[in-house]
Amino acid sequence: MTSPYPIVAIIGILVVALTLAAGLIWVERRLLALWQDRYGPNRVGPFGLLQVLADMIKIFFKEDWIPPFADKVVFIVAPAVIVVTVLMSFAVLPIAPGIIISDLNVGLLFVLGMSSLGVYSVVLAGWSSDNKYALLGGLRAAAQMMSYEVFMGLALMGVVLLAGSFNLTEIVAAQRHVWFVVPQFLGFILFLIAGVAETRRLPFDLPEAESELIAGFHSEYSGMKFGMFFVGEYLGVILISCLITILFFGGWLGPVLPPVVWFLIKMMFFICFFILLRAALPRPRFDQLMSWGWKVMLPLALANLLVTGAVALAWRS
Amino acid sequence: MTATATLNAVEALRRRYGADIAGQQTADGVPTCWCPRARIHEMLAYLKDGIDAPYKMLYDLTAIDERMRLKHGAVQSDFTVVYHLFSFERNAYIRIKTALQADALSVDTITDLWPAANWYEREVWDMFGIRFSGHPHLERILMPRSWVGHPLRKEHPARATEMGPFQLSPQKEEAEQELLRFRPEEWGMQRGSEDTDFIFLNIGPQHPGTHGVLRIVLQLDGEEIVDCVPEIGFHHRGAEKMGERQSWHTYIPYTDRVDYLGGVMNNLAYLTAVEKLAGITVPPRGQVIRVMLSELFRIISHLVWYGTFAQDVGQMSPVFYTFNDRERAFAMIEAICGARMHPNWFRIGGVAADLPRGWDGMFRDFIRYFPPRLAEYDREVLRNRIFQARTKGIGTITKDLAIEWGMTGSGLRACGFEWDFRKKQPYSGYEQFEFDIPTATHGDCYDRAVVRVEEMRQSLRIIEQCVNHMPDGPYKSDHPLATPPVKDRTMHDIETLITHFLSVSWGPVMPAGEALGAIEATKGNNGYYLVSDGSTVSYRTRIRTPSFPHMQMLPLLCRGRMVPDLLAVLGAMDFVLADIDR
Repeated sequence: MTSPYPIVAIIGILVVALTLAAGLIWVERRLLALWQDRYGPNRVGPFGLLQVLADMIKIFFKEDWIPPFADKVVFIVAPAVIVVTVLMSFAVLPIAPGIIISDLNVGLLFVLGMSSLGVYSVVLAGWSSDNKYALLGGLRAAAQMMSYEVFMGLALMGVVLLAGSFNLTEIVAAQRHVWFVVPQFLGFILFLIAGVAETRRLPFDLPEAESELIAGFHSEYSGMKFGMFFVGEYLGVILISCLITILFFGGWLGPVLPPVVWFLIKMMFFICFFILLRAALPRPRFDQLMSWGWKVMLPLALANLLVTGAVALAWRS
Repeated sequence: MTATATLNAVEALRRRYGADIAGQQTADGVPTCWCPRARIHEMLAYLKDGIDAPYKMLYDLTAIDERMRLKHGAVQSDFTVVYHLFSFERNAYIRIKTALQADALSVDTITDLWPAANWYEREVWDMFGIRFSGHPHLERILMPRSWVGHPLRKEHPARATEMGPFQLSPQKEEAEQELLRFRPEEWGMQRGSEDTDFIFLNIGPQHPGTHGVLRIVLQLDGEEIVDCVPEIGFHHRGAEKMGERQSWHTYIPYTDRVDYLGGVMNNLAYLTAVEKLAGITVPPRGQVIRVMLSELFRIISHLVWYGTFAQDVGQMSPVFYTFNDRERAFAMIEAICGARMHPNWFRIGGVAADLPRGWDGMFRDFIRYFPPRLAEYDREVLRNRIFQARTKGIGTITKDLAIEWGMTGSGLRACGFEWDFRKKQPYSGYEQFEFDIPTATHGDCYDRAVVRVEEMRQSLRIIEQCVNHMPDGPYKSDHPLATPPVKDRTMHDIETLITHFLSVSWGPVMPAGEALGAIEATKGNNGYYLVSDGSTVSYRTRIRTPSFPHMQMLPLLCRGRMVPDLLAVLGAMDFVLADIDR
């Protein structure tokens, strides 16, 4: 089911994903403003839409400065890692029938693997900056990822059991009758939480908690390298929203409207949810987050897997 | 009852330590006595622990450079160290003075009696060059370490123009930066234990979590705070020194900027002291206008605290809502005073002008508008589970320890101690108002928040009573020392014209004496201790601010906690840097 014109699909998805990520900056700022009784960027262009463009011009032309005390090579590689790993994940996402770059038969594992690699970006950035705040941010990121990766994967195993495949296209196809959010509601909640943690957004933004660590792991970054972290974060949000759509909400499936539109609608819904989450919640403490992950989320994910497995087994036999 | 009990305190001192303890009459009626330098420690120890109904709180510790005085008192002194103690049992202050001669500027430390004396003694050393023997770390606190001279001495210049132009050469910059380097050994800190090396982390002076130019050096084991050292003085602007140059009247705008979120509340503290010196009684309308605006500023200040506290624990939105509401309150302040944050609206003897026509409509709207908003914030912040997890059990302190460290205001009330100076020592007619003193039980960050939120409701109650029962009559006293003087008869008789001219050009001449005016300000007890030498300017202006002792407690509140807890503790403390450094 791989796209007949792979180059077109690659360029198409790349362009759409990056534009969307940039556009999200505007969406987030306007939505937050709406919820916080203020205007947000509304001066540059219609509805402030060109604000993103202005920001991009600024960030491209900013001096590309590397602090003299930083570990140069790692410092430069770190921001690239996050963008690359997230973009790689997009390769296996089935947007609609025929719109997919590589219909991998272990697509889900590939995505999980890539998101684990993404953590290196944050940890390496924190370490190479040779700044105490960045170091603390990097340490927090490492600990947070370690505890949330575990049940993120486990939470998805229920879906895999039901669909009987790691292939994302087949997972969508298996939801023709009922979306997996119904039989796998607990799995959905667990994955949602892990997904927020994965993208390091409030309430899981501990690695860059601005009131404590200033900017955490990217304190020393500026210009386009900072921009890469920024875009990486938004790409992450899009990725997790796409995954939720594909794994639990039937991907492109839906009546009347074309599949792509359905996919985008569902995806945007979760993106907005992510932004609303940021507007609403305070930030838990680092140790609270960890103990919550290990003591509550992990056992729940295991229990979910066990029950789903038992039911699936009973169903088939 | 208060009067007899406090008389007994000086009497008790005399009985115990001999009759040579000289008393002193003061305009504020605070029992005052001079104690010999050698026995000051012993006598303060007695007042703290020996006497019935003891003076448990070191309210303030400061000094006066007496060398330029025209009107000397009974006791010959070059420098006087002044201790203000407060007894909650007696509901009374006591003022102990000790005379120092210029050739022996040293007195025993009382840091072993009150840990809170630490910073106060450092400040006196910094400002006057008086040594406290036995002090654990007698180092400059407000001025930079490289500073030459002691600013509050009379010979020290008071204006930049008297000091020559300031220049910062690269060498000097380097030297200054080197002086700011933190050396753990100076503070008796280890660089590591057997199994770990500590990180020393500078929080500030530029940091989004410190609400201003405050530097906190953390000794970290991982993310756990082993110890911390708050460093202040970056916001020091010499407010006390300015008091010695400005006339009694023209100093009022400077007070606005001490607790810069408290606006006219600062005026009130200052004027309470000035009016005690002058013997002015403010007419009822003036008093009620003062109360109304002060309570509105309490709400304004608490709103800033509410939003920023939520932000300190990572909640992004509330600060926008509370600042919106604050804007509404500012619109009212602006309609009455013409300015917003620093209205400079109170005058000696009353307020600057009467209320404008239609003022009560605005207030009634606000009284209707505000309670539902508060209820919404309760749902959003106080009842949020993550917020509770971040603040409950953090920065806990007991009532006794809080008193020991000089804590006042909401922090003290959060320990379950029902103490509000508006109720216990009413000023400006507070005794006529109905309101409750909110308290809580655990003394942690969450309880401080609960108490402050409830205080906003009580302030609104007071404002409502002001609006409903605003008395008629003059808004300013016709006392000859009131400023600006009443002008309506100046064109009819020459005497009034002369008085008016002198009072406006020179400023009023306050009778010699001294007075402490202390009020329940937004952040705790704010007191102005004024010494007049019978002149148009103050001889010594001492500003006792609540944030100063509160910040000193920081290590106590966050030792053994994590870095995020430090931010929760700071947020719950509700300090303002100008209120610490003055």
